[in-house]
Amino acid sequence: MAAELRVYARSNLRSREGFFFTLIFPIILVLLFGAIFGGGSSGPVTVYVQNHDSGFQGVNVGSLFIMALNQTYAESVNSTYTATHSVTAAIRLVSVPLDQNLTQYLSSHSATDGISIPADFSQAYLSDRPVNVTLYGNPASTTSAIVSGITREFINHFNSVGATGVHSVGVASAVAVSSSYKYIDFLIPGLIGFSALTSPMFAMVNISSTYRRDKVFKLLSLTPLTKTEWLLAKIIWYIGTTVVSFLLMSLVGIYVYGAHIAFNWGIAMFLVVGPFFFVSLGMLVGTISNSPESAAVVGNLVTFPMMFLSGTFFPVQAMPMYLQTIAHVLPLYYLIDGLTNVMIYGNFAPAYFDVGLLLVISVITFALAVRFFRWRED
Amino acid sequence: MPAIVVEGLEKSYGSLRAVDKVSFSVQEGEVFSLLGPNGAGKTTTIEILEGLRQADGGTAKVLDMDPWTRGYDLHQKIGVIPQGFKFLDYPTPREAIGYYGALFNRKVDPDEMLRRVILEDAANIWFQNLSGGQKQKLGMALSLVNDPELVFLDEPTTGLDPQARRAVWEVIRKLKDEGRTVMLTTHYLEEAEELADRVAIMNHGKIVAMGTTEQIESRYGSGQRMIVKAGDALLKFLKENTRLEVASGRGTVTIVLRDKEDAMVALGAIEESGAEWGDLTVRKDSLEDVFLRLVGEEGKTEKEGE
Repeated sequence: MAAELRVYARSNLRSREGFFFTLIFPIILVLLFGAIFGGGSSGPVTVYVQNHDSGFQGVNVGSLFIMALNQTYAESVNSTYTATHSVTAAIRLVSVPLDQNLTQYLSSHSATDGISIPADFSQAYLSDRPVNVTLYGNPASTTSAIVSGITREFINHFNSVGATGVHSVGVASAVAVSSSYKYIDFLIPGLIGFSALTSPMFAMVNISSTYRRDKVFKLLSLTPLTKTEWLLAKIIWYIGTTVVSFLLMSLVGIYVYGAHIAFNWGIAMFLVVGPFFFVSLGMLVGTISNSPESAAVVGNLVTFPMMFLSGTFFPVQAMPMYLQTIAHVLPLYYLIDGLTNVMIYGNFAPAYFDVGLLLVISVITFALAVRFFRWRED
Repeated sequence: MPAIVVEGLEKSYGSLRAVDKVSFSVQEGEVFSLLGPNGAGKTTTIEILEGLRQADGGTAKVLDMDPWTRGYDLHQKIGVIPQGFKFLDYPTPREAIGYYGALFNRKVDPDEMLRRVILEDAANIWFQNLSGGQKQKLGMALSLVNDPELVFLDEPTTGLDPQARRAVWEVIRKLKDEGRTVMLTTHYLEEAEELADRVAIMNHGKIVAMGTTEQIESRYGSGQRMIVKAGDALLKFLKENTRLEVASGRGTVTIVLRDKEDAMVALGAIEESGAEWGDLTVRKDSLEDVFLRLVGEEGKTEKEGE
């Protein structure tokens, strides 16, 4: 048995895939997850604030409230406050003009979190009457949980350092996004992205390298089939499988978990451009690698980080800033972002940008893949 | 009009001259074989002719076209089974033939093609589950989908058992009967002998002998020999009394027979000598003998008992 173990261990480590999965992959996983969850605070969550406070006796308590909130939790964190309180996340306050409807504004900015200060805030506060600020959020969104925690903590503090009298500022919760309010709804775009990424990538990396090794490409070069036709056929197939997997996921999501899915044509454009990109990328990776083994390694190195860092399973806004910057370079981020815009917020303008960007990247990748793809070896 | 004309063809990989100034031509309707040990340059040569590799020097004209630059047009007219033919795992032979028919834009009856290569009973088996011989036969069927006038076969029976080999030979003979030109490479002497009208023996990138089997044997072979089990007594007698070239071997005397006359003289002399003699055989250098001599120890050999 020991001899068997020895020989197997050697073979496993000698094969590049074995080496990758045994040693390198766990390191990458720890680095990624540590970065996402452990290291550093998440980037600031954007909170849209609307101050309707009309003021009272020359004082606008609402503005003071916002200023204090800003100083305490926004980018430049007050050092005396941090000495006595632990700040785990930060927010960024954006002021919303008073002529806008806050809920609509949130939707059109693909945001879930907002604070609205009522018109009689100053009056009530200075007259020692209880008053509420309205906190908009979505019970299913991670960012809302962060914002809610911060806001309530701040309000407690605000209440306790007020001037004389009993002040009770409370929080009234409201939901900004009406149709998607289960956690699973927020997951679905990420999961579609996941399937649009993994299925074509793994398949194309594999066939582009094994067909070359098995001389199937050489064989096909003897027929009238062109490289473009071959690759396009693959793209069409993976668009099909992505659509089917989307439908299956939706069915299961709806019937098993009660998800709400807004079926619209916006989704379709992502279901087309996603596979277009990932088939081309997988092909490119497989073509430039020398063997199926090294192709698999490169493919994994590309696929796994992209998978975790693009917001597939956890929202990008909840990650540290430097990871958020990285995410903005990953095509999958734009796919998921676009799907989120379309499916959850009904926000088509940024989605068009996402899909346009993806289209351009896809065309370039496709062109490169065809360019480097050789039927004939020499 | 020759189907293939090759002149001074050259191809090197670094310092290795895989194809070293090779010249030959193949007539329409003939079966031409490149015979040589592994690494002789046969596959490189045939792949240049198929348009799969680019030559470094010399010229090649296949059906009057340069294979590398006019590959697309050429492929409409030729059929190819590459070395180590391997197809996708899951299509069945019937599906594969349909696929190729669609690619070449030809109406093909898959069952008829399968019958031609004697593969009807495996029509619906996944490719990966076919036996070696069946896979090769499918390769042949695919190479015939576009009804080519010229077919290239690169080591068509390597790795097959004797029955499968014979079956493939049958199909190749049929191709010739249909009037197609066939060029094949092989390292099996028997195959070249059985199938080819003309053979070119290749070694180290060069052609070392070319012609029909008889031409090669007579040109490069050492002619007919009579081998008698006898001792020095006969040897001495023959040397003294005839003008025959004689040599002695292990308990044998070898007499070179340049013509029929020599044979009669030799027999007469043997009787006259009164010496002890036993078994008598007449041997002629076979293609194998020539091959082994020209190609040296590296030649593949299936020695029959002597």
